[in-house]
Amino acid sequence: MNFRLSAATAALALLAATGLAHAEGTLNIYNWGNYTNPDVIKKFEEKYNVKVTITDYDSNETALAKVRQGGSGFDIAVPSQTHLPIWIKEGLLLETNPSGMENGKNIASEWANPDFDPGRKYSVPWAWGTVGIVVNTNTYKGDINTWGIVFDTPDELKGKVNVAPEMKDVMTAAVHYVGGEQCTADKEVLKKVRDLLVAAKANWVSMEYGAIDRMKAGDFQASTTWNGAGLRIRLARPEVHFGYPKEGFTYWSDNVVVLKDAKNVENAKLFQNFIMDPEVAAQLSAYHRYANGIAGSDKFMPADMKDAPEIVIPEASKPHGTMAMMCAPETDAIYTKIWTELRK
Amino acid sequence: MASAEEVARQAQRKDIRDRWFLSAPALLVIFFAATGPLLIVLVYSFLTPGAYGDVKWQFSPEAWVSVFLERDIFDDTLSLAAAHVTIFWRSIKLAIVTTIATLALGFPTAYFMATRSEKTRDLWLFLITIPFWTNLLIRTFAVLQIIRNEGLINTVLIKLGIISSPIQILFTDTAILIGMAYVYLPLMVLPIYASMEKLDFRLVEAGYDLYASRFQVLRRIIFPLVRPGVIAGSILVFIPAIGAYVSPSLLGGGKNMMLSNLIELQFGQGRNWPLGSALSIAVMIIVMVALLAYVRNASRSEVRHG
Repeated sequence: MNFRLSAATAALALLAATGLAHAEGTLNIYNWGNYTNPDVIKKFEEKYNVKVTITDYDSNETALAKVRQGGSGFDIAVPSQTHLPIWIKEGLLLETNPSGMENGKNIASEWANPDFDPGRKYSVPWAWGTVGIVVNTNTYKGDINTWGIVFDTPDELKGKVNVAPEMKDVMTAAVHYVGGEQCTADKEVLKKVRDLLVAAKANWVSMEYGAIDRMKAGDFQASTTWNGAGLRIRLARPEVHFGYPKEGFTYWSDNVVVLKDAKNVENAKLFQNFIMDPEVAAQLSAYHRYANGIAGSDKFMPADMKDAPEIVIPEASKPHGTMAMMCAPETDAIYTKIWTELRK
Repeated sequence: MASAEEVARQAQRKDIRDRWFLSAPALLVIFFAATGPLLIVLVYSFLTPGAYGDVKWQFSPEAWVSVFLERDIFDDTLSLAAAHVTIFWRSIKLAIVTTIATLALGFPTAYFMATRSEKTRDLWLFLITIPFWTNLLIRTFAVLQIIRNEGLINTVLIKLGIISSPIQILFTDTAILIGMAYVYLPLMVLPIYASMEKLDFRLVEAGYDLYASRFQVLRRIIFPLVRPGVIAGSILVFIPAIGAYVSPSLLGGGKNMMLSNLIELQFGQGRNWPLGSALSIAVMIIVMVALLAYVRNASRSEVRHG
């Protein structure tokens, strides 16, 4: 037993050593769960003769905490725009200058110079979307383009609304609903926000993730969620539609970056370049169901996404959107307190 | 002059020393594996939160203060941390109710098993352990399928015409209770069964011969004799129940936080690791004190009855 164990350890160590020796043949990706099209990975592996490993995470905080420790062994991560500046500031990323890569020209103009990565020095667009509401229009016939569904719930939906426990999204939505600015620390506004949330909660059935399965299964009739999720639900239940709240909704965007302590830098760069190919980007979208920020990918998009109102934002709603950003730590501390009080 | 006694004593001392020496590696591993992570949590609870998660290496009692006290964000007054107290109490209450529910279901089950013939007992024991073969998450999802609005119970009841609209079980405290009682039941049954199996049923017969009623036999004979099993079972259920994460998250709807959610919030979106650490330690202390009180109380009454 003992011998076998040490033999196994030795074999593992040997394996790790050879793994390092042949580093040019591997790529370790650290990404959100259920987000990466396996067909794209297969294509990449075959084209460049690289073995790709994908590890999942479930929140920006988890990803940041793990990579910060160092020695994570990952080459690539996909942080959201709210957290990306922190990754850059803390020196966790390698400056790969994707805009200068062969496919760099394909980055859509509106995503070519974002505030979270000016000049695209570190990151490549992976997916972007919006935070909004899905509503079962058989249950509720009124206007769904409003946070009122959640904060001033119509009678038909009382006790049937879910709010995803994404603190930042919910707080921002509530701030917008009372007429404030994102990340405000104005006590007057926040007092209104707290009173609004506490009163609104009585009409919610739950505060849960997993809106896709839950809406499909009919556990609730309306929920805050992301647009790609809205698309998935509508394809399964045509009566469910996605709303862009007119009081102000937010955009988010996840971006592919290369870590400073990456062991397979060349492969990671190849991957960044590879996914900026319009056809590949469209394939990624076909799987994760979000838009991708690569110009020219629309003609490769699957038919059910090309004109989907969840993916192509209606002109009338466009002025109501802003990019979600990271608030100051002190502001977030206040938000956490309100959030705790809401869910006590 | 070294007496024979002296020599023997020395030999014994050497023997003890050798034993300690030989078991030292194992003891050290156990000691550090048990206390190491806890010490890190303890140290973190006295540090300053980093701006975006993690900690700054700077002493601060702030986390411990905010476990118990909160500064009102609007009028800056300091008061008891009502939110924390509410959440603590909710978790404790749920753990107690879960323990009682599993006891109510587990005690008769164990009695049933112990009173079968020697051969079939093993079969029952085997059946009780079957749920352990499946992951906790999957078992909880199974419960979810049964109680959801368009799930098994509601669909059948509606089809039979007994109810017209679904009963809302999912996302209530009842749902959490169902989930937890189901998941933790074997942890209650097994220790009670272990005590019950050793029970000399001739004592029960003697009780009946002396005109004891069924209830008296249960209360005066069976229960005192299986008490160690009941205590062990209660502890085994209570401890994981108080920190339960999966059942409340999947079945409870998350509108009201449990302790586990509150602690997770601090390490996640709340980005206040010291407060999360302090809360974890506080929970540990509370559980430990409660259990010590319970065990002492339970064993004392055993002496009285014995």
